[in-house]
Amino acid sequence: MKQTLVALVENKPGVLNRVASLFRRRNFNIDSLTVGRTESPDVSRMTIVVDADAEQIKNQLYKLVNVIQVEEVTDMPNVSRDLALIKVRVNSESRAEVAQLSDIFRAHIVDAGQDTVIVEVTGDEQKITSMVELLKPMGILEMVRTGVVTMTRGAAILPRNGYQPANGQRTNGNRQNVL
Amino acid sequence: MKLTGAEIILECLVREGVEVMFGYPGGAILPTYDAMTKYPQLRHVLVRHEQGAAHMADGYARATGKVGVAIATSGPGATNLVTGIATAMMDSSPIVCITGQVTTGAVGSDAFQEVDVTGVTLPVTKHNYLVYDVEELAYTIREAFHIARTGRPGPVLIDVPKDVQNAVTEFVYPEEDIVLPGYHPPTYASESQLEAAVELIRQAKRPVILAGHGVLMSGATQEVLTFAERTQTPFSLTLLGKGGLPEQHPLSLGMMGMHGTAQSNMAIQNADLLLAFGMRFDDRVTGNLKTYAPDARKIHIDIDSSEIHKVVHADVPIVGDLKTVLNQLNPMLETIEHKEWMTQVRDWMEDTDDRDIIHQDAGDRLLAAHVIHDMWKATGGNAVIVTDVGQHQMWEAQYYPHQNPHTLLTSGGLGTMGFGMPAAIGAALGLKVPNVWAIVGDGGFQMTITELGTAAQERVPINIAIINNGYLGMVRQWQEFFYEERYNATPMLSPDFLKLADAYGIPARRVTRREDVPAAVEWANSITDGPVLIEYVVEKRDIVYPMVPAGADLHNMIRRPASPDSI
Repeated sequence: MKQTLVALVENKPGVLNRVASLFRRRNFNIDSLTVGRTESPDVSRMTIVVDADAEQIKNQLYKLVNVIQVEEVTDMPNVSRDLALIKVRVNSESRAEVAQLSDIFRAHIVDAGQDTVIVEVTGDEQKITSMVELLKPMGILEMVRTGVVTMTRGAAILPRNGYQPANGQRTNGNRQNVL
Repeated sequence: MKLTGAEIILECLVREGVEVMFGYPGGAILPTYDAMTKYPQLRHVLVRHEQGAAHMADGYARATGKVGVAIATSGPGATNLVTGIATAMMDSSPIVCITGQVTTGAVGSDAFQEVDVTGVTLPVTKHNYLVYDVEELAYTIREAFHIARTGRPGPVLIDVPKDVQNAVTEFVYPEEDIVLPGYHPPTYASESQLEAAVELIRQAKRPVILAGHGVLMSGATQEVLTFAERTQTPFSLTLLGKGGLPEQHPLSLGMMGMHGTAQSNMAIQNADLLLAFGMRFDDRVTGNLKTYAPDARKIHIDIDSSEIHKVVHADVPIVGDLKTVLNQLNPMLETIEHKEWMTQVRDWMEDTDDRDIIHQDAGDRLLAAHVIHDMWKATGGNAVIVTDVGQHQMWEAQYYPHQNPHTLLTSGGLGTMGFGMPAAIGAALGLKVPNVWAIVGDGGFQMTITELGTAAQERVPINIAIINNGYLGMVRQWQEFFYEERYNATPMLSPDFLKLADAYGIPARRVTRREDVPAAVEWANSITDGPVLIEYVVEKRDIVYPMVPAGADLHNMIRRPASPDSI
């Protein structure tokens, strides 16, 4: 069964590599992994969808020094969103059909060319998959999906474990003195 | 005080209490080597190959409980450390490796002797750093030592570009607390977990303690003994757990697993409760997982939460420091007796004793097990033993009972041949005692034989005992059992070890008869100002019994035949 984990990690070079390397060497299968900034510049947030033992993955992630907090949110009420850009071949007839479909899926046509349009659709994985299925007969030329980002509903937040962003004191002395 | 990055490195090492560093100079680490001339209180031991430096740091750490330090240059220097780092990682040994790197501007350009060391060592370090800014250096070194020695210890690597070592800055040692938002080693267990554990312990009729490396690292010897005696629970040791509990204790079953004692494996398979104390159910310990301890419930205490349920499902998982947890648990327990179970266990012990090679006459052949047994007697069981990997390692584990913590150092998890002698050098320099023995096979010894030069140059008082059977014995044993005696690539030609020792100016002796063993040990112990070498020429076709074939059920051991002439 697919499981979703949300992790807060320090925003430092190489942290994504540490996480990805962990998944590879422990032979955990990643379905999707997204990373992005948060409200704090020192912290990045990952949403990881896996088909493996989430508890074991969580414990392994905690062994990485740069991982601040991990939570498995599969069974919590949550909002999950994936975004896809789909470039579809169109002609004078199908153009309207794509527009109609986009309406139904609350998607947007964000680019229209002579023979192509780009559809932007946001939603959970299933919604995007259904939209893709419907667009397929018209001819999908290119597609990209961002991968899922997830946030739990309500007041519950991912605690920071007392994380304090690094301040200027993390030095030997005065930066200007460096020759 | 204005210091260069190189001086900051050494200044921080001094403040971490480092006395000795094992290393090898080279272009990218030269600024640090140059700065060493200003820090005579830091002893530098020049190794012959960087792998030796990592093993020495590891041996030093295992013997003393302090963090070992290895230093190497960029590129090949750093990659040569990798085997030693992986060894330390698998056995949770706290070492800090400092490597030089090409200048920051050249990083990523395939510069001379450049290799992505933090990338290469990522999977085999607890954490690693590439320091781009001299201002971060002191803080990073403090963090590295903290991470290496706390929680489940492990190796940490710091890669320092040459220009960062040369950069000059105002140095103020950062005294404030280390803040690592994602690093909180656990300590205590929760009440509810402890109560669940007590419940299982009270119900158990056939309990067994599985004592691992965690007993040693947590310093929980006394607490585990209190538990075992109060609840009359026999204990079995993992290879790395040896020394953690006294093996001559009446409740001791000896080692468990592939080459463990029969009574250990039988007790585990028949148990109704396993108490896993600081161990991780390695496949060499469990055999076939499907049939492993089928009737037993499991209480698993470990400081590393990722070990819980990783291999064996725990009925009561407790994440915490073993000593702390047992200090919580022991007062909750009253005296419990398991008379019937102990009778059964003693029967198994007697059966093992009857088959023991110690009671078998070898004729005029010299058996490695007899050598180890006689060395144990001759050293009063008090030596610090460092082994290599292979048959001799298993015979050591079976025939040298350890009574005190940190007296057996061996590469368990990674099984690194070549570990023995360099690790013994590290241990001897850390402990400053003359009774450190490297027991090695002829195969593994030749993997890091270069470090004889280090031992000779630094006058390290180690006693090297080579168990020479002319084969890669453990592999030969597998070929005999599982590959229809096709001994491919296992017969090994060795140099004349006595002449070799002589070339290094190391006193050496050869022993071919059992009656000469005690005198040889006494002779080696009498030389305390440098290394000594003894070569034991032993029976070529000897087998380590009992043996659980890889993946077989733990109780299906190949036992030593009971008749005396089929050794």
